[in-house]
Amino acid sequence: MTETDYIKLAHGGGGQLTRELVEQVILPALGGPQRPGKLADAAVLAAFGSAGTDGQAGRLAFTTDSYVVQPLVFPGGDIGKLAVCGTVNDLAVSGARPMAMSLALVLEEGLEIGLLRRVLESAGRAASQAGVAIVTGDTKVVRRGEVDGMVVTTSGVGEVPPARELGFERIRQGDRIVLSGPLGLHAMAVMSCREGLSFTADLESDCAAVNGMTEPLLEKLGQDVRFMRDPTRGGLAAALVEIAVATGRDVEISQDAIPVNRTARAAAEMLGLDLLAAANEGRIVAVVAAGAAGRAVDILNKCRQADRPAVIGSVGPNADSPLVEMLTAIGGRRIVQMPYGEELPRIC
Amino acid sequence: MVNCEKIHELARGMLAGRDALRIMEVCGTHTMVIAASGLRSLLPEGLKLISGPGCPVCVTDQAYVDQAVALALRGQAVIATYGDMVRVPGSSGSLADARARGAAVEVVYSADQAVELARKAPGRQVVFLAVGFETTTPGTAMAVLRARNEAVDNFKVLTAHKVILPAMRALLADGQARIDGFLCPGHVSVILGWRAYQPLVAEFGRPCVVAGFDPGQVVAGIEEILVQLAANQPRCCTVYPSVAPEGNVEARRIIGLVFEGCDAAWRALGVIPASGLKLREEFAAQDAARCFDLPEVASREPAGCRCGEVITGRCDPTDCGMFGVRCAPASPIGPCMVSSEGACAAAYKYGRRAG
Repeated sequence: MTETDYIKLAHGGGGQLTRELVEQVILPALGGPQRPGKLADAAVLAAFGSAGTDGQAGRLAFTTDSYVVQPLVFPGGDIGKLAVCGTVNDLAVSGARPMAMSLALVLEEGLEIGLLRRVLESAGRAASQAGVAIVTGDTKVVRRGEVDGMVVTTSGVGEVPPARELGFERIRQGDRIVLSGPLGLHAMAVMSCREGLSFTADLESDCAAVNGMTEPLLEKLGQDVRFMRDPTRGGLAAALVEIAVATGRDVEISQDAIPVNRTARAAAEMLGLDLLAAANEGRIVAVVAAGAAGRAVDILNKCRQADRPAVIGSVGPNADSPLVEMLTAIGGRRIVQMPYGEELPRIC
Repeated sequence: MVNCEKIHELARGMLAGRDALRIMEVCGTHTMVIAASGLRSLLPEGLKLISGPGCPVCVTDQAYVDQAVALALRGQAVIATYGDMVRVPGSSGSLADARARGAAVEVVYSADQAVELARKAPGRQVVFLAVGFETTTPGTAMAVLRARNEAVDNFKVLTAHKVILPAMRALLADGQARIDGFLCPGHVSVILGWRAYQPLVAEFGRPCVVAGFDPGQVVAGIEEILVQLAANQPRCCTVYPSVAPEGNVEARRIIGLVFEGCDAAWRALGVIPASGLKLREEFAAQDAARCFDLPEVASREPAGCRCGEVITGRCDPTDCGMFGVRCAPASPIGPCMVSSEGACAAAYKYGRRAG
């Protein structure tokens, strides 16, 4: 990218362009040894401070996110709940137990206090349910028109227990891919309240904290859980392509195995959108050892946040140009690509 | 699951002694369903499904994009457009590029939504980019009528609506595409009726079968085409029950109220007589082409771009030297890669990359 190029909406889409912006502009400009690994959801920092009672020093996971979702309130949630769950989830899929988070607000002059109170109460409830404390924050106000309603930025820290190692490098051929529920509910719920698109009565965002799923998986399956992600912008497609590229292995999934929410599917068809690339805010995709996949599904079936969890695919052999391939519902095969990024602006 | 056994059986019989069977589909939605379902991986090797000029964005002349971009950049109007048009490259940037540079470009899902946009912003001109075949034309016509009747005077339409039959005829008359049969578009045929293709059957003797949009429908349509070819009894018919022989007469009446036929420039096919639609004289006040001083733009293909040949079935996306290399969704050269209904975008997204 050259100096006279400019930011496009697609740079925020969580797909290919976001990746290029981070790799070609942001990281080089920051310089130094800040490279946070392979663009993980949270950074796991090396141990510091005195060792715990078992002699092993804990590690800290640290993550940050901003939220620009429009509208601020949508079926199944609002920007407050979204912000808290989003940060909790980034920590949870990194194997961390969320400890504390910050909440910074940029508010537009003219925003109704009633609306602000509502989203903050929602954030407070979400934090309490997830077992995390909001311990610090900041508030700024800008003139009418300089921001759209409000922008929320959260950072979170969590403790990663010793012996928990999650990462691309742990993934092996034959590992299974487990998905905790149907795709695209958040994206479709938000789309359904954009202007001129009120076509669904009962579609709610899946916005939820996922540590209720990640903790039992990690506690009971230990090292058999190789890697986890919460597939937000860019959806399952982006997560799987990143796995394929980072591990250098082909990935195969089966369309029939993916649980479906029929309203979300109908909405996506009407809008010409691909649910594989649509944002989720309460789902996890986990790569687990083949022998543990069945137990992973059993564990998830007992979790409130899961909905028809299933093994949807597996990790294949090394490949020169690793691809994600889907066996379609009609028995055909097609490639799942990294989404471009413009499909849905202001989705989270 | 779909059962392609009959297709394999019929094709086996016919492929002995010829290099390939070529069926062209002329509907962007068919292109995408075929690609997304991986249907080609289930068909016999000698049976080629070709993507024809059925993607309205792909066949839109570059000059039209340039005019829309000019309007947007001059700040004279808010451009209201279907999402697909936003990233189509003109000769110096797309509408998305114009938006990033401060132009007002809004994505809408219907012409009606564009009228609403105009109603809510009475101080600004709103220009709706009316692109599409017979499926979307009635919607534009209704929007124009509504805007006039409800005095939404700031609503304008820049039309590039097209009519599919003249293009199908031009392809068959040309002969270069070597088409053995047409899979006809489902929604367009709801408007036109499946008997609309009878003149093509009569003149060129090719099967014209209307099919709907799930993979089972596409398979049924292909099967019917092969049955007709094997018996050498081409005809027009439908496997999509929603399509009546005479189509939707009321929709065509509404189109006729607002639009009249004109010659139109199709990307790579050149000008096809009577293949386009323009607003009738009495709607001059809603016609952006008459209300704004639009630049005269000469059409020019980007060097090396083979979109025109892809649309007309003369080459596959992977035959283009730029496919997947210089031309990819993140950096599209031609509309076939940009549009979600384009053959190149479908091949890139769902098929193996070249090389």
